[in-house]
Amino acid sequence: MSQAFRLPVGGRIRRDEPLEFTFNGRTLSGFAGDTLASALLANGCRVVGRSFKYHRPRGIMAAGAEEPNAIVQVGRGQHAEPNLKATQVELQAGLEARSVRGWPSVNFDLGRINDRLGGVLAAGFYYKTFMSSAGSWHRSERFIRRAAGLGWAPTGSDPDRYESRNAHCDVLVVGAGPAGLSAARSAALAGARVLLVDDQPELGGALLACRDTIDRMPAKDWLAAQAAFLEAQPRVRVLRRCTAFGYHDHNFLSLVQHDLTDHAVVQRLWRVRAKQVVLAQGAFERSLVFPNNDLPGVMLASAVSTYIRRYAVRPGCQLVVFTNNDSGYQAAIDWLEAGGQVEAIVDCRDDVRGDLPRTAQSMGARILTGTVVAGARGRSGLRSVEVAPAAGSGVARQKLQCDVLAMSGGWNPAVHLHSQSGGRNQWQPEPACFTPGNPVQAAVSAGACNGVFGLRECLAQGHQAGQEAARRWGFEPAFDEASEAPAMQSGALMPLWRVPEMRGRLAASKQFIDYQNDTTLSDLRLALREGFEHIEHIKRYTALGFGTDQGKMGNINGMALVAEGLGKTIPEVGTTTFRPPFTPVRFGACAGGDVGDLYEPVRKTPLHEWQVENGAPFEVVGQWLRAHYYPHEGEDLETAVCRECLATRASVGIMDASTLGKIDVSGPDAETFLERLYTHDIARMSVGRCAYGVMLGEDGMVMDDGVMARLGPERFYVTTTTGGAANVLSWMELWLQTEWPDLQVRLTSLTETWSTIALAGPNSRQVLRAMGCDVDLEPEAFPFMTTRTARLENEPVRLFRISFSGELAYEINVRSDRADFMWRRAMAAGAAFGITPYGTETMHVLRAEKGFIIVGQDTDGSVTPVDLGMNWMMSKSKDYIGRRSLARPDCVRPGRKQWVGFRSLDDRTVVREGSQLVQGDTLEPPVPLLGHVSSSYFSACLGYPIALGLLNDGKRRHGEELLAVDAGGGRTRVRVVAPVFYDPEGERQHA
Amino acid sequence: MLLIECPWCGPRDESEFAYGGEADISRPIDPDALSDAEWADYLFMRSNRKGENREIWNHQHGCRRWFVVERDTVSYAIRATFPMDGEGRSP
Amino acid sequence: MEKYSALKLIRHALGSNRKWPRAWRKAEPAARYDAVVVGGGGHGLATAYYLASRHGMRNIAVLEKGWIGSGNTGRNTTIVRSNYLWTEASLLYEKSLQLWEGLSRELNYNVMFSQRGVYNLGHTLQEMRDIERRVAANRLNGIDAEVVAAEQIKAAIPIINTSRHARYPILGASLQRRAGVARHDAVAWAFARAADALGVDIIEQCEVRGIDCQGGRVVGLQTSRGPIATGRVGLVAAGHASVVAAMAGLRLPLESHPLQAFVSEPLRPLLDTVVMSNAVHGYVSQSDKGELVIGAGIDAYNGYGQRGSFHTIEHAMQAMVELFPCFSRVRMLRLWGGIVDVSPDACPIIGTTPVRGLYLNCGWGTGGFKATPGSGWVLAHTMAHDAPHELNAPFGLDRFSTGALIDEHGAAAVAH
Repeated sequence: MSQAFRLPVGGRIRRDEPLEFTFNGRTLSGFAGDTLASALLANGCRVVGRSFKYHRPRGIMAAGAEEPNAIVQVGRGQHAEPNLKATQVELQAGLEARSVRGWPSVNFDLGRINDRLGGVLAAGFYYKTFMSSAGSWHRSERFIRRAAGLGWAPTGSDPDRYESRNAHCDVLVVGAGPAGLSAARSAALAGARVLLVDDQPELGGALLACRDTIDRMPAKDWLAAQAAFLEAQPRVRVLRRCTAFGYHDHNFLSLVQHDLTDHAVVQRLWRVRAKQVVLAQGAFERSLVFPNNDLPGVMLASAVSTYIRRYAVRPGCQLVVFTNNDSGYQAAIDWLEAGGQVEAIVDCRDDVRGDLPRTAQSMGARILTGTVVAGARGRSGLRSVEVAPAAGSGVARQKLQCDVLAMSGGWNPAVHLHSQSGGRNQWQPEPACFTPGNPVQAAVSAGACNGVFGLRECLAQGHQAGQEAARRWGFEPAFDEASEAPAMQSGALMPLWRVPEMRGRLAASKQFIDYQNDTTLSDLRLALREGFEHIEHIKRYTALGFGTDQGKMGNINGMALVAEGLGKTIPEVGTTTFRPPFTPVRFGACAGGDVGDLYEPVRKTPLHEWQVENGAPFEVVGQWLRAHYYPHEGEDLETAVCRECLATRASVGIMDASTLGKIDVSGPDAETFLERLYTHDIARMSVGRCAYGVMLGEDGMVMDDGVMARLGPERFYVTTTTGGAANVLSWMELWLQTEWPDLQVRLTSLTETWSTIALAGPNSRQVLRAMGCDVDLEPEAFPFMTTRTARLENEPVRLFRISFSGELAYEINVRSDRADFMWRRAMAAGAAFGITPYGTETMHVLRAEKGFIIVGQDTDGSVTPVDLGMNWMMSKSKDYIGRRSLARPDCVRPGRKQWVGFRSLDDRTVVREGSQLVQGDTLEPPVPLLGHVSSSYFSACLGYPIALGLLNDGKRRHGEELLAVDAGGGRTRVRVVAPVFYDPEGERQHA
Repeated sequence: MLLIECPWCGPRDESEFAYGGEADISRPIDPDALSDAEWADYLFMRSNRKGENREIWNHQHGCRRWFVVERDTVSYAIRATFPMDGEGRSP
Repeated sequence: MEKYSALKLIRHALGSNRKWPRAWRKAEPAARYDAVVVGGGGHGLATAYYLASRHGMRNIAVLEKGWIGSGNTGRNTTIVRSNYLWTEASLLYEKSLQLWEGLSRELNYNVMFSQRGVYNLGHTLQEMRDIERRVAANRLNGIDAEVVAAEQIKAAIPIINTSRHARYPILGASLQRRAGVARHDAVAWAFARAADALGVDIIEQCEVRGIDCQGGRVVGLQTSRGPIATGRVGLVAAGHASVVAAMAGLRLPLESHPLQAFVSEPLRPLLDTVVMSNAVHGYVSQSDKGELVIGAGIDAYNGYGQRGSFHTIEHAMQAMVELFPCFSRVRMLRLWGGIVDVSPDACPIIGTTPVRGLYLNCGWGTGGFKATPGSGWVLAHTMAHDAPHELNAPFGLDRFSTGALIDEHGAAAVAH
């Protein structure tokens, strides 16, 4: 079979570029410029899919985004793309497509049995069964799931690349049909920056299948001239294959450009902020509801025309047209011109007198007025239709042989983007469709999407819309005239939502409203009978509009039939909200380039390279990567950490603390400002002093902590936790700007300006000396909790004598571009002392031995400084953020959770972090939970495991024995102890 | 993606800003004078208006200034933006 | 109430389904009710149902300004689980989960509660500590929970990305096997039908415009369909809680934000459990129809518009592709937003108010759907006894004055 249905001449396909492709394993041919759908029709493929529930054979119905049936899987493996509409797939050489439904094959589907069970499987049947026993749904669901779904997700990661771009324009024109082209031209002539987008590979929209003349030239010539003109304008950007799928607030639109071939990028997300939007997306033709209206061969009339004129495919031999308006006649005219046979044009109207019917008649087509198609017949495809009087008595009058039925129930303007923008839609009884109401954003609809269907009127309205859009932004429209097409006479449409009910076999046949979801007329009636009266209830109960065509084909018919069932008008039933996206969009395209390595920025310290060289695994902390530990050959985490701890306490360890947040707080009111944010007395800090500070939320809970240093009367250097750095700066700015603008304070983040190298251990002073430190390091001259500027290795540094390990320790702050140098020099200088680099894990162990908290690990947003035993650093003489909250009843209640230590009774078991503390041995749920273990390590220095955590009334429970129960059910007996295990007097840090 | 007019930098995409909640909530001068309920009102209770709302935003990825925005919480239309202590500016 | 069963389906099918009765009556408002529930979402309907079925009240109305289930009930990602951190929260959600387990049979309506398990992923050492803590607490509270390692996750969900080189590698997860998903719309319909059968009036298109109080007591409501006298009113208005409460002069600690979700086109089964992640923010399950149902992060600003900003969706997509690389070529079909009323501690407010006879149920934030039956259960108790049930006693409005918050923010249970 080689394109038996291809016409010998015509169309916009490129016959000099033949292409081979496969469909369901068969090799077929087509041409460049085909869609998969047009190529399948050219090859005579009628059954291309199976319906979701009843597994009925389905064929191609439409030529665009409204196609409900021809859903295909394209490609395989990583390259697979599920659920594409064949009508939107551009044919390419080697394209591999297959139907997504039908087992064992699309032509013979065993699931067809469901079609016979139709009555049982009616709308919502699953709500009424599968509940006889507790497990019945669980068992049934597996089978239902297996039967569900359309295509298959690709396997593996996506080989395609995506990117996103921002664009701004004066006028965004969506749709490049006659209205859109006219709008783009007039806006461009007025001088506006125009962005014109269209989802097709070539501009033109409806003009691509148009037989009329514009400005006295054939439409295709006019189209070529317009396209050339627009392309030549420097202030006009034209994007083809670009779908505007979302219209969001403040005139922000999301667009996706697909099938890009000129870049490594395959799809591109455009984020467009437009000053003015012209919506010119056209309209979708409506199907008609009659028995067996889903047989392959039943098509939209406009699709029939499109296949003939644009793709040079006449998808059959004998045609019957079923219409309620003039536009359906176009299919008959095109069919006759293409050499086909027209059995009859079945028009439900009695009075038919437009230009198109006249033309059709003059070409010899038989017109049956006041008549409807009462039903279609055929097994795997359309073979005949029965016609009957529109004012039906229920008896079919005549049978017409045909293999294609072109149906036209009128047109639905594509009001989707208007609706997404917040605009309402209004029902127009003439010509029976929803049109956009007043715009609520800076937008205007033009052409068919505004309910104007004549070519002449579309051109004029588009032209006016373009001028108007430009004028609103101050551009003076040029004196150009709208293009003209000949005036056409057309008769009024007669709404036809269903055909009279027939007796006999057709009465039992299904009449489809939503094809893909197999929602039938009787489903709607059942829903109404059961009291689902709101259109949203009906949709949700029957799945009307939930297919991948998003109701483009069936929703309006459904609403009209609901209105009929309720005895209401269509506007009373209401319109449904259209939600983004207009057509389905790949996840990858929305994600853009920010995936994989670029998912989120990675922050690395200036010492990262050295850490990599030295084999450190990294821990993710916020956005940072921090060295976790430094394993020697053959060491695991535990052994490496023991070694690092012992070496540090015995001699000297070195650690990268650069990720700590650092904020310079300066100005005459710096002291006052910090007094209000931190709990301790700032005024008592003399210049050169350091102090540990805790910051609370206004709810009194610990928010962040760190050491601050007073560098001058009006200058402080405040450090924060690694994860909290950005928040603390924002928090400071918030208070300063919103509550205390009278305070003169400047805040400067120095986190990345300075790097921090911590030296800890009894020999840390020796290392500094070996590095040529130029200040007196003796304890009297440079005591604990003070800071000095100094030169080290001849570089200016700031030294802090502070300790997070309880050892004699210093933190060297050095310009980040000299950090690597300084670290390597420290390693060299420390070699004599066996200096040992350590990572975050050892840091955690060392601080835990001292009972120091880690905000976020040991606190969780419900912990006050009192709970942590920090009363000593809470000023009594001033107010600070969060203080008032600490006086609330729950914060002063006895028995609150308090910070304590734990020792395993066996002195061997390291309790799992997260273990809950309970009393007694019988663990019958619910067991009262007394607290939990937030930190737990084996202490190499002490030779036993230690743990810390929060415990109800903990301070008074020192010495008690409790049970720690972990997530795996493991139990460890522990004794409550004071939360400091090592050097409780703090002598070492003062050394 | 709202379009927000920073009083200092001009109109920018929402993704440059951080939202700060209801405007015009002042920290009580003397917290100790408040009952627990009054303190809770300051701390937690919010008008959560449907319709016209005054709220604060921070131009976090720009000038880092906080400012006041008058915005409708249903239509999301922004009527005006102000510096914390200044004159309105219509978008 | 006509009993639903397979047999009935067949019998009705033989009669061309022409005899199915209404699922619930279309009630007209009466002049007086013993109790009125404001808000016809799942929570409100469940409240009415339990008031009628467990507390013997019959003269009850549910007032819904739109159509029942039109708010967050019909807009969520349908996840049901009870593995919260704090005992107060987890016991409340666990009560709900237990009700879910018998719900289809109790209501004679298949709400498709599918216990396919929920994985809460941990991507950092701290997240794993939080998971350990939560799981340990859950188990001691009698709630099924376990910690699973990355390899086990990979074995159960082969399409998930467990590469150690991911930006946020998956280190492990908590798994609650009894957790799962349900059919959201059906929950509203099921409660409505069962409540209606017990005499509850379900009144749609009826907007409350005023709350009448006398001497600190509720005496009635002003509605778009006329005044209704009643001495007991339960406010169950979710995103609009602040608006309705303001009618009685109450200020609430709530902010209403947009929360968006989306579904993909239907796919053949590829994910038979539920996956949630905080660090890589997103959560996903696959519906019985084959759509991937995905929740995005909450939008920053207050909003009653039932829509959010698109960059939030871009982030959610990035998260999904990061977790499931094979989703990249899958396509988004539908995107929508709900209005979530977020409280300071990410826990609900359920209980009495300073106005006698006025009861609150709000502040569920992003986590309300899973609580539907439990929420109705405790509010019904509270309304019937004018005092909270022991399960909702910790969730009173007074906790914001006393400071006894139940801080679920810290736990990995923030997202939904």
